[in-house]
Amino acid sequence: MSAAPGRMEQSFRDRRAAGRKLLVPYITGGLPGWQDALRAAVAAGADAIEIGIPFSDPVMDGPVIQEASQRALDAGATPVSILHEARELDVEVPLAVMLYYNTVHHAGHHRFAEQLASAGIVAAIVPDLPLEEAGPWCEAADASSIETVMLAAPTAPDERLPRVCARARGFVYSVGLLGVTGERSALASTATTLAGRLKAITDVPVLVGVGVSNAAQAREAVQVADGVVQGASVVRRLLEAGADAVGEYVAEVRAAIDADI
Amino acid sequence: MTLMAEPSATGRFGEFGGRFVPETLVPACQELEAAFRDAWADPVFRQEYRDILRDYAGRPSILTECHNLGRRLGIRLVMKREDLNHTGSHKINNVLGQALLAKRMGKTRLVAETGAGQHGVASATAAALMGLECKVYMGAVDVARQELNVFRMRLMGSEVEAVQSGSRTLKDAVNEAMRDWVATVGNTHYCLGSVMGPHPYPWMVREFHRVIGDEAREQMSTSFGGDPDVVVACVGGGSNAMGIFSGFVDTGARLVGVEPAGGAAVGRGVPGVVHGMRSYLMQDEYGQVQEAHSISAGLDYPGVGPEHSYLASIGRAEYPAVTDAEVIDAFQLLSRTEGIIPALEPAHALAWIVREAPTMQGATVLMNLSGRGDKDVAQMMEILR
Ligand SMILES: Cc1ncc(COP(=O)(O)O)c(C=O)c1O
Repeated sequence: MSAAPGRMEQSFRDRRAAGRKLLVPYITGGLPGWQDALRAAVAAGADAIEIGIPFSDPVMDGPVIQEASQRALDAGATPVSILHEARELDVEVPLAVMLYYNTVHHAGHHRFAEQLASAGIVAAIVPDLPLEEAGPWCEAADASSIETVMLAAPTAPDERLPRVCARARGFVYSVGLLGVTGERSALASTATTLAGRLKAITDVPVLVGVGVSNAAQAREAVQVADGVVQGASVVRRLLEAGADAVGEYVAEVRAAIDADI
Repeated sequence: MTLMAEPSATGRFGEFGGRFVPETLVPACQELEAAFRDAWADPVFRQEYRDILRDYAGRPSILTECHNLGRRLGIRLVMKREDLNHTGSHKINNVLGQALLAKRMGKTRLVAETGAGQHGVASATAAALMGLECKVYMGAVDVARQELNVFRMRLMGSEVEAVQSGSRTLKDAVNEAMRDWVATVGNTHYCLGSVMGPHPYPWMVREFHRVIGDEAREQMSTSFGGDPDVVVACVGGGSNAMGIFSGFVDTGARLVGVEPAGGAAVGRGVPGVVHGMRSYLMQDEYGQVQEAHSISAGLDYPGVGPEHSYLASIGRAEYPAVTDAEVIDAFQLLSRTEGIIPALEPAHALAWIVREAPTMQGATVLMNLSGRGDKDVAQMMEILR
């Protein structure tokens, strides 16, 4: 179907084959304490980390990640400074970035893909770059061995999903609900429905993200999906309580999704 | 290629435009494109739209020759009076079209962003008329400086939310409206207020404002002996400018879109992608969108509609900028010489005309007077005190 799996996808496939559910915390790059939080999350059992590169106009993000982005920008964070700091991290798990398309567009596709690769980043998630517009970036990313994660949304008709999966590298990001990032009191029913639709048509790992807000919801999501991405619940802890709280939370989610069903 | 025709299948005007939206919104944009295409080709819809523009908005809007000011400037100055439309600006043309379309698509709720509040007021008006629910997002800075419009929207039954993020102006109101739409796309239509955003908005909104240019072309020919030498409009997102340009793009007329100096997307920006489109955009060296700063809430926007970027790139239209100080002078000048108080937005167009008049002696200049100044009187009272 697609090219040989990249580093993140291979790692996810191997872990899945070993019966493990995948946990990917999101951490806003450049937020004071972000590197410590990232290391704590890895130590607590994260399978990969999604590093957010803050953007002035984050349309897919709710209040918590908006605030984190703004604080990081106010602290002087830039894509270049974050990639520079990422290079020093020296962690075992694959690192992805989540960013808005203008960051890539402004730097230039090939140049940016190379910058990611030389910072040790293996994958990119670009939530405002849908399938129809993704061609030029994906080409540049492929050339630099950067895996481009594609998002699939609950609104997608059946005929669209196979095309999204065919272009997905690393994993398919199954958007958990109609809405932006942020914590919700319950997992939306769309989360498991969409994950199920995707699992039925692809063997690329399927991770649910957006609106997976605590350990119990993560456990519910992985009954169907291969794993979860957790954003606002992680970032809120970093904003409110610091890196240790992030580590404790990731350990709690890890235990919940590892527990026998 | 014929200018100002349909964009390409991917919504491109040259290299500009496109549909850079979250995956969740792709089906909604596709559905909207299909619905608009269908409606626009349907004589029944076209008639319904023409009727509502005539019987509710008060179209056609008239042309007024500004004899006093024209004499003083040494030009023939003609104004297209969009300020006389119901709700006080050109924005009603687009909103009535989109509200009719939303109903045809079975949507029950509108969301809209607004800067000066004119698009918000027009949206609230159409929602009240057609029995739709309506929520308007407005930057907190603009809520403060356009208080009267906030009250008008609420009076007509719309909810107004003050947006506290980012620069707390139009750009952030668009972000918040898009976030709402991502969550409510099933029953909600995003009633976007200018020729910007993802495909099909730039095309659709231009078509809904084409009536300005079509009327003006005919009125110029009937009452002023033919096409003007220069057509001038202010540019925020660029909808009133697109409307009037559309009537004259195939003539020899010079087309001038006037930007505020603090929000000169074409003048100071480089191509970028935000709010669903690729267009000229004011941004820093890392692609962070810069905040615009203008006296006029309606033009306080760091981007511009993609078709303007295209017209600029091929040299068919030009996009000079004027300063807040020039605008304040122009606002007073039109009030005093013609008894017409303009909105601050079209006062930008006039400010450019005043500055350039010495180079246009004897020319016929058609300006789009996109809105009236009632909403700006309180703010100007403070400034002129
Ligand atoms: C009277 C008036 N003119 C112009 C504008 C700017 O919008 P556009 O550039 O889309 O015409 C506004 C926006 O609020 C307005 O109220």
